[in-house]
Amino acid sequence: MFDSLSDRLGTVFEALRKRGALDERHVNDALRQVRVALLEADVALPVVKEFIASIRERAVGTEVLRSVTPGQMVVKTVHDHLVEMLGGESEGINLTATPPIAIMLVGLQGSGKTTTCAKLARRLSTTQKRRVLMASLDVYRPAAQDQLAVLGKQAEVPTLPIVAGQQPVAIARRAMEVGRLQGYDVVLLDTAGRLHIDDEMMIEAAAVRDATNPAEVLLVADAMTGQDAVTLAESFHQRVGLSGIALTRVDGDARGGAALSMRAATGCPVKLLGVGEKLDAIEDFHPDRLASRILGMGDVVSLVEKASETIDQEEAEKLARKFEKGRFDFNDLAAQLRQMRKMGGMEGLMGMLPGVAKVKKQLAQSRLDDGVLVRSEAIISSMTKAERRNVRLLNGSRRRRIAAGSGTTIQDVNRVVKQYKEMSGMMKKMNKQGKKGIMRHGLPGMPPGPFNFG
Amino acid sequence: MTSKQGDENSSGWFGRLKQGLGRTSNSFSSGVGGIFTRRKLDEETLDELEDFLIGADLGAELSEDIRRDLSHRYFDRETSPDTIREVVAGWICKALTPVAQPLVIDPAHRPNVILVIGVNGTGKTTTIGKLAKQFRIGGKRVTLVAGDTFRAAAINQLKIWGERAGCPVVAAAPGADAAGLAYEGLRQAIADGTDILFMDTAGRLHNRADLMAELEKVSRVIKKIDASAPHNCLLVLDATTGQNALAQVEAFAKMLPLSGLIVTKLDGTARGGVLVAIAKRFRLPIHAIGIGEGIDDLRPFAAIDLANALVGLDRRDRG
Repeated sequence: MFDSLSDRLGTVFEALRKRGALDERHVNDALRQVRVALLEADVALPVVKEFIASIRERAVGTEVLRSVTPGQMVVKTVHDHLVEMLGGESEGINLTATPPIAIMLVGLQGSGKTTTCAKLARRLSTTQKRRVLMASLDVYRPAAQDQLAVLGKQAEVPTLPIVAGQQPVAIARRAMEVGRLQGYDVVLLDTAGRLHIDDEMMIEAAAVRDATNPAEVLLVADAMTGQDAVTLAESFHQRVGLSGIALTRVDGDARGGAALSMRAATGCPVKLLGVGEKLDAIEDFHPDRLASRILGMGDVVSLVEKASETIDQEEAEKLARKFEKGRFDFNDLAAQLRQMRKMGGMEGLMGMLPGVAKVKKQLAQSRLDDGVLVRSEAIISSMTKAERRNVRLLNGSRRRRIAAGSGTTIQDVNRVVKQYKEMSGMMKKMNKQGKKGIMRHGLPGMPPGPFNFG
Repeated sequence: MTSKQGDENSSGWFGRLKQGLGRTSNSFSSGVGGIFTRRKLDEETLDELEDFLIGADLGAELSEDIRRDLSHRYFDRETSPDTIREVVAGWICKALTPVAQPLVIDPAHRPNVILVIGVNGTGKTTTIGKLAKQFRIGGKRVTLVAGDTFRAAAINQLKIWGERAGCPVVAAAPGADAAGLAYEGLRQAIADGTDILFMDTAGRLHNRADLMAELEKVSRVIKKIDASAPHNCLLVLDATTGQNALAQVEAFAKMLPLSGLIVTKLDGTARGGVLVAIAKRFRLPIHAIGIGEGIDDLRPFAAIDLANALVGLDRRDRG
């Protein structure tokens, strides 16, 4: 929907490709585009202004490196400064206090507190081996306490038994007491959603804080938040005192400029990112990645990381060996399709690649979605073992049978066969040229597969 | 928040909105007032005005349009803060008036199926509770379908709203197929002689193709019983959302024929300025706004009121 900053700057600088250094007029033109790009990414205006002012100082007189355009130079300056403002290194959750350590989650209604609470609890109990107890202090929204109890079961993290009619501060005290008596390391307090201008509710939040002395007070905020982010973060910081920010729905397509606004307004680091509906969809915050995202530059690091996380190293090596020997059959193609699905499917992959906004739109229009992966797998599953090893067996009647067996059409089957042939063609070329050739060019008709990262 | 419901019900919706927007308008109007202490409209003043509009989430593009329009008509002329406020309010109002349409239920369809959709946490379930009560008061037979089978305890949440509004809730076990439940809900609603059937859905991010396809399936399946259903398809938007609201409307409209919008959480300090951009681009009716967690905290959307509240004007007879 929005043009990325690099696109915007591209037009500004097209005319001045050959200049050696950036003079003030060019910088002003560029900064106007930076301003719009940041505002479209929902960075709050006061933050944008401050940002632009300090960029201006840096950019004027900067030598343009020979290998890049002035536009790229400005994008780099902006990117670096964004990273700096977002807070250098990523900071983890503070677990150094004496147990039971209270962690309190606050935020507006519907920002994702309860889900974040369960995700954090699961993460602390599994990867960090802490004994975690969760307690819901939301006595207002219907069934809110049930929600945390259900999520607790899913996350295999105990929740404080619900006592009907008990008020938030009393629940919080009881949670800490249970935490002490039963030897929990961490007690997560999930508070009710509240508006930052709701005096009564903000007093309540402060009272919960005073009763539990939390090591962390995390503001849970939606990545889609608009200009209001500054106001709400400031209010929560003033009234309750924040130690960090958890940004949710980062798996959406919002640029997430709100994170920058809130960081600037409170000085608190972003500590966690919610990246999906499942309970393991929680990540550490990386300033450089969010900076790229705000500027619409994609997120290559996440892609590579996700690839290395989900790809079975052994399987990838096996595949590579087969490649070298020139034996690559349908079983291997199926294995690769499975890998791609594990990495979040086409959409997941595309979202992380820089500069593919257009491709993404085309993909959406051509309806080339994850269904293609699933269908291709189904087609391969409908082949006999002999057919999977030897493509030459696939005559018309066999293809008809495969189409019927997989619930697809002959055209679909032909497409998979063609894809396979293209891949084995590449493979032969690779054997002639050596491995480097294929690494550089990638495979036709396929997004980056495991061997591109090997 | 039961303790807070009673005493605020008496005031009109504008009063409530003003109360909600109270601090906002204060800072905003003092801001607008602050700008126009100079007598002539110059570049600097225009810059500041544009910034204010952006700060209300109107978006960079639209704010620039308004600025250009103002500059065209008043540049270098003597103006007063009130004139400028009225011009800007008038501009916003003009964009919003055509889309301010109440939710009208066509009695020709019985039951009238209303599908309620949106991203996570915008307030779909709460909005259904409020709407159900309003139609119950209007003497309609209302049934709710607890179609959010994904989020933990969402079914219980809707059941509680059903009790408050006094209408039956059709539900299945958590994790059940949403389309199957929708089918069953409509079948039961027809058998019970229901006038209006609200279908809750699980919140979903609009860029998740698989979840969006699931939504389309719900619509497809209920068409097997009633080819004209769903008769209304309401998208619930959170006023706190920034420019991403445009992407949400676009994506959901691509999947299902949206009939209108409901905007929630306008009782905070978020000004919901993105609605102006949405109104201009998509021309979808805005039926109602949510201004609190109580069952009565839903009001018809009135263009002039939002426009005035945005610029800090407080009389209703302007425009």
